[in-house]
Amino acid sequence: MIEAVIFPLIKIVIVFAAVLVAVMYVVLLERKVQAWVQVRLGPMRVGPHGLLQPIADALKLFVKEDITPVRADKWVFTAAPVIVLVPALIAFAVIPFANQLSLFGYTIPGRVADVNVGLLYIVSVASIGIYGIILGGWSSNSKYPLLASLRASAQLISYEIAVTMTLVTVIMLAGTLSMVGIVNAQLAKGWWFAFAQPVAFFIYFVGGLAETNRAPFDLPEAEQELVGGFHTEYSGMRFAFFFLAEYANMIVVSSVATTLFFGGWLAPFPNVSWLSWLGYIPGWAWFGIKTFVFLYVFLWVRATLPRYRYDQLMRLGWKWLIPLAILNVVVTGFLKVLL
Amino acid sequence: MAEVITFYVLAALILGFAALVVTARSAVHSVLFLVADFLCVAVLYVVLQAQFLAVIQVLVYAGGIVVLYLFVVMLVNLKRPAEAYSDPNRLGRLGLAMSLAVVAELGAIAAYGWVKPDGPASTLDAANVEQIGMALYTDYLIPFEVASILLLVAMIGAIVLAKREM
Repeated sequence: MIEAVIFPLIKIVIVFAAVLVAVMYVVLLERKVQAWVQVRLGPMRVGPHGLLQPIADALKLFVKEDITPVRADKWVFTAAPVIVLVPALIAFAVIPFANQLSLFGYTIPGRVADVNVGLLYIVSVASIGIYGIILGGWSSNSKYPLLASLRASAQLISYEIAVTMTLVTVIMLAGTLSMVGIVNAQLAKGWWFAFAQPVAFFIYFVGGLAETNRAPFDLPEAEQELVGGFHTEYSGMRFAFFFLAEYANMIVVSSVATTLFFGGWLAPFPNVSWLSWLGYIPGWAWFGIKTFVFLYVFLWVRATLPRYRYDQLMRLGWKWLIPLAILNVVVTGFLKVLL
Repeated sequence: MAEVITFYVLAALILGFAALVVTARSAVHSVLFLVADFLCVAVLYVVLQAQFLAVIQVLVYAGGIVVLYLFVVMLVNLKRPAEAYSDPNRLGRLGLAMSLAVVAELGAIAAYGWVKPDGPASTLDAANVEQIGMALYTDYLIPFEVASILLLVAMIGAIVLAKREM
């Protein structure tokens, strides 16, 4: 009884809190990393080296006035930020942070839930998050947000296809849809799927950049930078929700990339004897390190690459990534039968 | 016992949302109630231990098809007043005829549905994705291919209808 109910509840609270804190500090990290790339310092005043900046930002967004446009559709206007944030957070329910943790005599599995269709669950809740963007732009009853939201959602549904195809190749290699099963398959096969499927990993990462509206694919957010895209009319806490959702999605994409392609909580080089000290670092620390590396690459790419124009973006998705992903599936199938 | 209560609560939600789809004043609200409806159906699938079907329902129906419905509804101007017919009761009579047809269908299903014909013995575990995949590609290959061709035809038709004359 305790194990079936109380432990998952505690884990949910811990994951929720950890994700929200992580999101706040990824925002700070982004500002710092961009600053350092641009040979300046970023936030330095609030707390030592700006470490309390996210708290100041959160307080500011809490107390800002909450403006609703007069002719906006009130229910949908209120619901849109929620529809964007909830899927980003509930995707963490199936991500395995560690193998087993032994605390106080109980063996606690290192994930909130192990669903046998875990990978598809993450993809499906991501596709629900698109509604929030469409509705946010539409319910603002204003031209620029509507156009921006339609563009953003068209981009998202296009890159969803390429991303799902790459996930298919991982499923083919692992033989299971469960996230824990995929990590265990990497353990069993002895090498991480990023080396077995480099093309899939590359397409997944590019698709992940596009799915989270991050540079160089952030035209829906940035072209109307003067106006703000689909979250123009949102202020205060509602805007904070959109913001949180974007960074939470980034963390989800990084975590899924870690789990699927880089072995989740596995330590690298388990067979090399002089590197066996790596095995003493706990699984959740490895997961954190790998996810952090991906997040850093997200920020690095934003600071480095120029933005794609919208038609270039759509052409890249439909004419290059989707055929490449499908070709990858076909080739993987052939190789699996032949080898 | 808990399953029975869950089923009735879900059934009430599904029917309630479906009623709201039909009676909502704004078309976008209709579409949103439809999404909520599909999500409740997915929960029902989970209660019936068909998790794969539940995720596919959310992914394909709620997350794909209804998003495109939403695009169309938002981009089409639905505010034009309806044309006036010469016969003011026309819509009422059509509605009555169609609802009588639906009631007749439901009655026929209820009357003849008690006798189930012997279908293929269903040993499929709906939660086991591997079994579903095997069945789909061996026993039910023809319907699968027919569905794929149907989708291909629909895609070609949409492209032909939408392309501009070069």
